[in-house]
Amino acid sequence: MNDHKQQMKKYWKQNIKTVLVLLSIWFIVSFGFGILLAEPLNAIKIGGYKLGFWFAQQGSIFTFVILIFVYVYKMNKLDEKFDVNEK
Amino acid sequence: MDILTWTYILVGLSFALYIGIAIYTRASSTKEFYTAGGGVSPLANGMATAADWMSAASFISMAGIIAFSGYDGSVYLMGWTGGYVLLALLLAPYLRKFGKFTVPDFVGDRYYSNKARVVAVFCALFISFTYVAGQMRGVGIVFSRYLEVDIESGVLIGMTIVFFYAVLGGMKGITYTQVAQYCVLIFAFMVPAIFISIQLTGNPIPQLGLGGTVQDGTYLLDKLDGILVDLGFHQYTSGRKSIIDMFAITLALMVGTAGLPHVIVRFFTVPRVRDARLSAGYALVFIAILYTTAPAVAAFGIYNAIDTVAGQPVDNLPDWVENWQKTNLIVVEDLNGDGQVQYLADPEVNELTVDKDIMVLAAPEIAELPNWVVGLVAAGGMAAALSTAAGLLLVISTAVSRDLFRTFVPGMTEKTELIIARLAAALAVIVAGYFGINPPGFVAEVVAFAFGLAAASFFPVIIMGIFSTRMNKEGAIAGMICGLVFTLGYIIYFKFIHPELNDMGHWWFGISPEGIGSLGMLINFAACFVVSKFTPDPPEDVQEMIQEIRIPRGAGKASEH
Repeated sequence: MNDHKQQMKKYWKQNIKTVLVLLSIWFIVSFGFGILLAEPLNAIKIGGYKLGFWFAQQGSIFTFVILIFVYVYKMNKLDEKFDVNEK
Repeated sequence: MDILTWTYILVGLSFALYIGIAIYTRASSTKEFYTAGGGVSPLANGMATAADWMSAASFISMAGIIAFSGYDGSVYLMGWTGGYVLLALLLAPYLRKFGKFTVPDFVGDRYYSNKARVVAVFCALFISFTYVAGQMRGVGIVFSRYLEVDIESGVLIGMTIVFFYAVLGGMKGITYTQVAQYCVLIFAFMVPAIFISIQLTGNPIPQLGLGGTVQDGTYLLDKLDGILVDLGFHQYTSGRKSIIDMFAITLALMVGTAGLPHVIVRFFTVPRVRDARLSAGYALVFIAILYTTAPAVAAFGIYNAIDTVAGQPVDNLPDWVENWQKTNLIVVEDLNGDGQVQYLADPEVNELTVDKDIMVLAAPEIAELPNWVVGLVAAGGMAAALSTAAGLLLVISTAVSRDLFRTFVPGMTEKTELIIARLAAALAVIVAGYFGINPPGFVAEVVAFAFGLAAASFFPVIIMGIFSTRMNKEGAIAGMICGLVFTLGYIIYFKFIHPELNDMGHWWFGISPEGIGSLGMLINFAACFVVSKFTPDPPEDVQEMIQEIRIPRGAGKASEH
């Protein structure tokens, strides 16, 4: 039982770590690139897009979608590893 | 066939479809009424969530808002999508594992207190009612514009339809209707967008077209920046709002999205925790399709409007301008009598006024698409308005029948509860309809703030409930009340008591009332934290429950007490 508790603690720690990494990316693309750094990034152009503007209106949204699917993948792996997945 | 005939045919067909689905999937138990029986596939739930989420405002007005605010409009794009990341990573899986029916259910159980539950019920009712009154108005406007009836009849038709499938079908009926509504609305949004993109930039994908070149070889966005600056406006691709305000508004919208009860309850309908995670991903994909297209529609729209109208002779304007002048959504006045339309930033000499809604509504005509596309956009706008209204009404009826009645009349049979839930839904439709026909002046103002209120009340309490085993009921109640009172107070002060002071110089830290929810959220967190330090820890069984929520295995279908 104690062993099980230790395992669950470890599972939760890894879960938090995954979430924190993904949320930092979430923060960097939207609040970072899309808002705080938008002005300087606008000096860089990709096609017709200024980079800061692109992050604010397109790039951040694409990244959000990818983040959720990465989370789904990582958590399914983690659940399996700690044998807490649903049958 | 003319536009009106096509509109009637397409709108009629879509309504028949919704009602058919509602009859086929009507709810027969409270579980089906509240959570569709907990057996919805993640893909279907993702679609339903997207339709639930995207209101008439997203469908019709958002592109126009971006068109006239350019970069500043990004707060809505990032704010209303980024919230799903928070929802997927921090809330949905755990609330699904918790396995009850509503947000106040969670707050009440996690904080082992009916007081906390009641505070949560009132937050949920307050947020949902302000939101749904705005939606009903939206339904009325959409109906009246397309079916050429007055707004009152529009609201009544909308009420009847929503009444029928929300009251009859409950969550089950609503879910499958929303799936159909999503298909209708996304098709209706994309068809004109794709054609306009091809016409303007030669690229069939609007997201790429926005970064593409127009006929003379210059980039669309560069050209737009140039034209707008020449006319005395601000550059399209850079902002006027201060960085701190952009930051605060985006954060409030994101956190508010994650805290809106009608979005959260959608994740109670899937069978497993892993489905809840995946479902949030699908939901965001379906939302992102519209949200990444909207900025393209915005830029195409404003470019087209300036290009085809500004500087043109008054008596030789395109057909769509003539058509929409009748509705006053576009107004041309030749003030200086030179026979030309001047579009300028200076209101004294400007001769062209364009309503934001025109960017989507008139898109098919601007692109010279066949009449059936106009009918399609009408059906899409109605799908967007109806799906959101239905989702909100369900939250209201659940809050009344389950969170209030069940808490205080515990011995109720399931049959009685189902009747009360249906009566509550019916009553909510009528109240919402009343506000739709007689909108109190503040409704439109307040809808935008529902997000700030959700951010400042629910979000911190739910997060702490999952991620902290030490958070107790005293902390949660103090947090919800401080966050809500502060945010509401700030909004009321600047919007209603001293609207003349509503400018950057008077705002706290330069944060507008739209963004103040993010500060309210911090205050909520702080109050939670401080109060819980000085009050006893939660009981042992609650701490065990929290440990239980954190582990996916063992999530049954959403259950009774």
